[in-house]
Amino acid sequence: MFETLAWIIRRDVTIALRRRTDVFTTLIFFVIVISLFPLGVGPDLDTLRLIAPGVVWVGALLASMLALEQLFLADHRDGTLEQILLAPQPLSLLVIGKVIAHWLITGLPLVIMAPVLGLQYDLSGEALLVMLWSLLLGTPTLSLLGAIAAALTLGLRAGGVLVALLVLPLYIPVLIFGAGAVEATTSGLGGGAHLSLLGAILLLALLGTPLATAAALRVSSE
Amino acid sequence: MSEIHRLEARQVCCSRGDRELLRCLDVRLESGQLMYLRGPNGSGKTTLLRTLAGLLRAETGEIRWDGEPIQRIRDQYHADLLYLGHLNALKDDLNAIENLRMDAAVRGSSLDEQAAWQLLTDIGLRGCEDLPIKYLSQGQKRRVALARLWHSDAALWILDEPFSALDVAAVDALQAVIRDHLGRGGMAILTTHQEVELTSGTVCRVTLGGEIPEVRHV
Repeated sequence: MFETLAWIIRRDVTIALRRRTDVFTTLIFFVIVISLFPLGVGPDLDTLRLIAPGVVWVGALLASMLALEQLFLADHRDGTLEQILLAPQPLSLLVIGKVIAHWLITGLPLVIMAPVLGLQYDLSGEALLVMLWSLLLGTPTLSLLGAIAAALTLGLRAGGVLVALLVLPLYIPVLIFGAGAVEATTSGLGGGAHLSLLGAILLLALLGTPLATAAALRVSSE
Repeated sequence: MSEIHRLEARQVCCSRGDRELLRCLDVRLESGQLMYLRGPNGSGKTTLLRTLAGLLRAETGEIRWDGEPIQRIRDQYHADLLYLGHLNALKDDLNAIENLRMDAAVRGSSLDEQAAWQLLTDIGLRGCEDLPIKYLSQGQKRRVALARLWHSDAALWILDEPFSALDVAAVDALQAVIRDHLGRGGMAILTTHQEVELTSGTVCRVTLGGEIPEVRHV
């Protein structure tokens, strides 16, 4: 069973590596958004430090949303999704595989780039580390939650707009605790509590969302 | 595959949107039987195939596999089923070997590299194994998609227009593999205008498009 999971991840990552433009769109979007703010706001370091957590997290959230529509679309178009739905294995397991692959392709590069981009905001080493952790715990949750919306809007026209409307309310807690963790660190309170909460949300999402996504896929592929 | 299976559709009605496509289909298919599905374009052939495969829910009525509703024994039914729609279900950026191995993995079986090579040779695509699928012709893509049949141990094959885009040699090979499958006690449902010459088993013809579907056992 876990072999199938590994195969799904391997397949999606291989395909993504063969058409790199899709991967880079998300990453470049993230880099541009975060790099434009210091230019627009001006070189006042206090202001930059203040807005840094929010800007990085909003950037990550929008970038993750940008990539969502593609999650099941290609499989839906070429018919492989039908074969996945007809596989004699739990669909939620295959969904987890697809989401993990999607996070590796679109989420992980953001997490790795974030501390480098954070340097533009004069953040301390400790704050950058917490930012890395908060994104590492938060972005998989974004992918898991987003998968439900991506599955529900599969095959619809203007699916992208609907995805945004559906997932934004679910993303807000992650945004608040993610940005909060970095803020708490810069203000000297320590971001441990926020990170724990992000971890808890991730575990909950990991338990609940694959089932919801599987059900949504069955409905929308009818 | 020596076990005896049966597929029954009872009072199945399907509709797409507001349009009723199929009214009250009653049909029963047993091991060794072949079912042809016919009808003009838009008469609901693909919808019926998707319903029988469990991809669509029937409006009313139910479909049973070995006496159990397919919704209840989904994983077991899908283990016995091989469905091939009009889409090839191949990934454009992967080559034929990767596609075949991936497909086997999703179905829960495994196909090693050697076996995948052999399979490609059997379907006459030796020499194309390193090319991404997007560089193959329609007929070659269809052959790769149909290669699943060669190593399938599923009891029920549901094939939507399997002969389309194939050349004469491939059509012959496909007919032979379907014949063997039925000879081993498998069953198959096809939408096609091409007949498969059988050496054993019986044929059931379902014609759609009329007031009610017409079922004839031959």
